[in-house]
Amino acid sequence: MNFLRSSSLRSTSSILRRGLATTTEKPVLEKTFKIYRWNPDQPNEKPKLQEYKVDLNNCGPMVLDALIKIKNEQDATLTFRRSCREGICGSCAMNIGGRNTLACLCRIDTNTSKETKIYPLPHMFVVKDLVPDLTHFYKQYKSIQPYLQRDSVPEDGKENLQSIADRKKLDGLYECILCACCSTSCPSYWWNQQEYLGPAVLMQAYRWLVDSRDQAGKARGEMLENAMSVYRCHTILNCTKTCPKGLNPGKAIAEIKKQLAFQ
Amino acid sequence: MVRLSGLQKEVLKLYRQSLRNSFKKPVENQGNFRSYIKVEFGKNRNLAKKEFSTIEYLLRNGYKKLEMLSADEIKNIK
Repeated sequence: MNFLRSSSLRSTSSILRRGLATTTEKPVLEKTFKIYRWNPDQPNEKPKLQEYKVDLNNCGPMVLDALIKIKNEQDATLTFRRSCREGICGSCAMNIGGRNTLACLCRIDTNTSKETKIYPLPHMFVVKDLVPDLTHFYKQYKSIQPYLQRDSVPEDGKENLQSIADRKKLDGLYECILCACCSTSCPSYWWNQQEYLGPAVLMQAYRWLVDSRDQAGKARGEMLENAMSVYRCHTILNCTKTCPKGLNPGKAIAEIKKQLAFQ
Repeated sequence: MVRLSGLQKEVLKLYRQSLRNSFKKPVENQGNFRSYIKVEFGKNRNLAKKEFSTIEYLLRNGYKKLEMLSADEIKNIK
């Protein structure tokens, strides 16, 4: 009985507290964002950093929330790609505070004495503001033929079966969303974008190399067997460090090298 | 004869490629293509010689447009 009374007391007091909390205004916590701006309609104007101030107590926790808030309330001309807001589409990849991540997975640094700088992905051609031109990146992805290649039809005429152990080999590879964060963080890729495939694409190449259902492994290996495609990777491992999904492209490339060496 | 810089040569190359492309279009529409090319290049005629990054951007953009316009399906331009 005693216990009951105390618990009911606690619940009324907690309701009271909650009721009061909603009426009190939170103080304004102003954070400065410096965002890269460049407009292709005025190509002779130089790119610049524009400053925006956002009240963090009136904004979601992620950088993408702040960007959307700026676009809604302050400057509708600010341009960036976004879609899923939960790190599954890879649209909002950009350079935040010197690091390539997805804006939707990157928390805003609540230290208001420091400003946060936001740039588009480095060493890519800019379409507008924070939107990079990924055409070449996608072309490279296409060049590794990222689809199942088989000569024979499955025995039951329906599915290509795979053992649990073989399926396990794909873990940590298939999750890649091709946001291009890793490729654009790789110095090797910066200097040899035309020939070197880059970590993201190479990891997908490896994903198809180890797939037990794929039968074009030999051709895939031969395609990579040259000085530029794979061997421009010098295991700098910026890719692994920056990957917003926590994957390890560096290891995948090392595995490709190993496979090519033993072939 | 003025010695052209590398970038100037690049621009002229794009201009000539665009004109050559216009000859592959139906005869009655070729004029449209040529006047379009002239207008597009004329827009940035007064750009300073030293605006390298701007010129490079415009070149990239120009090649992209040329690639699009050189598709066989495109017969006319307005």
